[in-house]
Amino acid sequence: MAITKDTVKYVAHLARIDLKPKELEKLSQQLQEILGFIDKLKRVDIKEIAPTSHILPINNVLRDDKPGESLSSDKALENVPQRQGKFFSVPKVIE
Amino acid sequence: MYETVIGLEVHLHLKTKTKAFCGCSTEFGQEPNSQVCPVCLGFPGSLPVLNKVALDYAIKVALSLNCKVQEYTKFDRKNYFYPDLPKNYQISQYDLPISRNGFLNIDLDDKSKRIGITRVHLEEDAGKLIHQKESSLVDFNRAGIPLLEIVSEPDINSPQEAYEYLTILKSIIEYLDVSDCDMEKGSLRCDANISIRKKGAQELGVKTELKNMNSFKAVKEALSFEVERQTELLNKSKPIIQETRLWDAKELTTVSMRTKEEAQDYRYFPEPDLPPFIISKEKIEEIRKTIPELPKEKKQRFMQWVSASSANTLVSCKIDAELAERLLQSYSNKKLVADWLINVASSTANSLNCSIAQLGVKEEYYIEIFGYLDKELISNLTAKAVWDEVVKTKKSPSEIIKEKNLIQISDESSLEKNIEEVIEENPKSVEAFKSGKENAVMFLVGQVMKKTKGKANPKMVQEILKRRLTDA
Amino acid sequence: MDLNTLTANELIKKLDKKEITSRDILTSLEKRIKEVDSKVKAYVRVNDSNLLNSELITHNSELSLKGIPVSIKDNICTREYNTECCSKILEGFKPPYDATVIQKLKEAGAIILAAKTNMDEFAFGSSTENSCYGPTHNPWDLDTVTGGSSGGSAAAVASDEAIMALGSDTGGSIRQPASFCGVVGLKPTYGRVSRYGLIAFASSLDQIGPITKDVRDSAILMNVISGYDAYDSTSINIDVPDYTKSLESDIKGIRIAFPNEYFIEGLDKEVKAIVQEAINKLKSLGANYKSVSLPHTQYAIPVYYIVATAEASSNLARFDGVQYGFRAGGAKANLIDMYKKTRGEGFGQEAKRRIILGTFVLSHGYYDAYYLRALKVRTLIKQDFDKVFAELDCIVTPTSPTAAFKIGEKIKDPLKMYLSDIYTISANLAGIPAISIPCGFTKKGLPVGLQILAKPFNEEMLFKVAYAYEQNTPWHKMKPKIAV
Repeated sequence: MAITKDTVKYVAHLARIDLKPKELEKLSQQLQEILGFIDKLKRVDIKEIAPTSHILPINNVLRDDKPGESLSSDKALENVPQRQGKFFSVPKVIE
Repeated sequence: MYETVIGLEVHLHLKTKTKAFCGCSTEFGQEPNSQVCPVCLGFPGSLPVLNKVALDYAIKVALSLNCKVQEYTKFDRKNYFYPDLPKNYQISQYDLPISRNGFLNIDLDDKSKRIGITRVHLEEDAGKLIHQKESSLVDFNRAGIPLLEIVSEPDINSPQEAYEYLTILKSIIEYLDVSDCDMEKGSLRCDANISIRKKGAQELGVKTELKNMNSFKAVKEALSFEVERQTELLNKSKPIIQETRLWDAKELTTVSMRTKEEAQDYRYFPEPDLPPFIISKEKIEEIRKTIPELPKEKKQRFMQWVSASSANTLVSCKIDAELAERLLQSYSNKKLVADWLINVASSTANSLNCSIAQLGVKEEYYIEIFGYLDKELISNLTAKAVWDEVVKTKKSPSEIIKEKNLIQISDESSLEKNIEEVIEENPKSVEAFKSGKENAVMFLVGQVMKKTKGKANPKMVQEILKRRLTDA
Repeated sequence: MDLNTLTANELIKKLDKKEITSRDILTSLEKRIKEVDSKVKAYVRVNDSNLLNSELITHNSELSLKGIPVSIKDNICTREYNTECCSKILEGFKPPYDATVIQKLKEAGAIILAAKTNMDEFAFGSSTENSCYGPTHNPWDLDTVTGGSSGGSAAAVASDEAIMALGSDTGGSIRQPASFCGVVGLKPTYGRVSRYGLIAFASSLDQIGPITKDVRDSAILMNVISGYDAYDSTSINIDVPDYTKSLESDIKGIRIAFPNEYFIEGLDKEVKAIVQEAINKLKSLGANYKSVSLPHTQYAIPVYYIVATAEASSNLARFDGVQYGFRAGGAKANLIDMYKKTRGEGFGQEAKRRIILGTFVLSHGYYDAYYLRALKVRTLIKQDFDKVFAELDCIVTPTSPTAAFKIGEKIKDPLKMYLSDIYTISANLAGIPAISIPCGFTKKGLPVGLQILAKPFNEEMLFKVAYAYEQNTPWHKMKPKIAV
């Protein structure tokens, strides 16, 4: 299948990644190549095959509703690029 | 001409001690970002582990809404960027939710109507944003609180039906004691999808999604506004745009939320960090056993004592229903109990913004007041005054009655003097009564009540007055 | 004798006899790092780090790793030291918690080395060239790559700049660099070692594992890091055996096989001959050889690059400049610009390539054709292994079709780079354990690795076969000569 530059642009927007025009060019071409290679999967007969999203045959992993350790707000904010008081600060969200 | 089609999406905080996937507290109103850990902050390397009680509560709600609990359920990631979403994906459920295909019956005037429930699924809540002039602030205390999403079928045909659906849903959840259902604190939130179409049309109209309603009343008002807005557009042959609109409670209007509508592509895929869940029949039965009597059944039982409409009112709030039940069981005049709770106690509770039970009046005090009323020792008016005093001072009714000397005067001889005076002082009313205006006697009764500072037994005063005026 | 050249096992004995102290080990490591790391570049942020952090030295002789320094890949969270995945976007990030494996190491008395080991950014790569700090150089030939993504850990162990190290393996990231650097690397069964605190690349494939100088050290380190963790829903709650008990030289009657599909075009002749030799060695030690088929082998790489990138695109969404790490765009930027600039400038080329590929295969209209299909083929790959392991004990293969290649040789051609993971990827897709051990050298003097695979939770079989082989061959004793 062919992946167009517009598709790459759209996907980069979904992934919130700024691509310079040169990057977009190169990436589109590389992705085209990779997808071409990946396309060989179309040859496999997958009728009635269940998908594997978890390789381990386990289920019902649960924890008790017991309080654990929390971080202090200062610890939580230790790495933040921009803080205001006890909050994480980000450019204004416009809805 | 037009038919309204509404579907409701309710989000409910589950009342677990800890968050859905980590051990942080769910308590409301704490210092910002103090109830967080690497997991709910989505720090690199952290992993989720599901809270057992959250899953149990979800199953409990699903069963109470007559849903089919799925044997195999799993979590998925819903991917989108938003600063209140720590991982930029939400752990939610996509194609295999905990349960599907339930229903709720709502009562409308005389008939009952079934509203389908499409699905009930478990997910995690996001953090809270505070918007400032140039920036937005994020508090992640709420991030990761277990959230139950309850999606109705588009079976609701009026804003009033939506209101009834929400009231009954909330009442059931409160009976189950799995959520605070407090819209002000955000522990219950409701979004609505609404469209209108020509009556009898098969196809649905273009829908709008309504958000930002902070009470059931607001949901009703927002829906009513939308019905009008959409009807007007259709009447003018203007198109309805599929969009999200926000309810503005001050202006009583809805406003379009997005200027640039962008198709959402959430890229759902199975959450690799959480193995699937298999819910056995035994587990379902075990949880079913923990479901208490729900409002519908309680109402049925109350109907042996009081009318259907009284029963309906009495059961809607769980703790008040329990109080009502104890009073109905211990006092013989059921009608008096019901009327008192519905008319007097509930209006006091409403004015104080709490439930009747939260007024904290001892049950024996209710019984005392009922006794005084039944024995006609005090008038209704006095009873209300005594009740207000009880609520205020927490003193017993008998103490208040004694202190203020409020026992009704039911002794004819002690009323005699007051009645004579009133007849002398109000010749016009006496004449009016004599000339056949029966109602005039009520005015005279009122005057006697005034003279006795409300302590006279009004029924007795009326009898004496009538006798005296007709005899003479 | 230079203590840094010894194995953990040898050092533990000396510590037991009180011949040395752990400070002596740290001193010799520090000396070696100063000597050669400017050439090898196995460690990152080495200048900011105080290696002789004496507070961390434990004297409790009861503990299994008392006083042994362990080097940690830059994607495993350490409370005391930055953990940046060798990415600009995690610049300055100091986790508020320790990964479970770090906690276990500390409890066992190990010393966590302050400098972290180099890696491909977010473990995206097979050469450690995709690091924001630049490539690590192979101690056997400084012009060649170490393999990746755990190239720093493998090179540190190979150059005696480390006693033992932890790496992570999503598609071969422990085994392939171990093979390129002539050391022992083990990828445990999925679920054997907790992933809590490992900065995720592909959650359904990632495992942490040891990189060591010999098989015994690998077993010693596995004893410490394995086991159930209540913080990782995918860690499995079954007993962990004492892996050092599997270190016996007798492998008589053990059934081994080389899959027919692994004779591929790209398999280097020299590598093929060396591995053939190794298999002969195992036969001579008593193993029964069989040939088997893994029919879906050719689909492993495409499945991997769909599943791994899809999961990665979601796992890496959190790096957005909101809570930690790098933020671009300045104070006046709007939110979406901040996101896009932060991620556009913060991620390297390979990271962007994989995030975009992963986003694409999950996006509307392509999910079924790519992602879902890949999950189904993954089932078939797993079934191939189930069938084989019903009949035999382990599969032996080259770890990589070639020995280490030149720095810069494949970096411009991502697809070519992806294809070099052909022998390692299947183990991650099937969740099975696999080990790479040195099995010889090319004429140019580059190490070649032998990969052994076994069924889930049978690491004991790997140790048994690997140890028997190691006891009867000289390869693990060979040391690279780095001009000082």
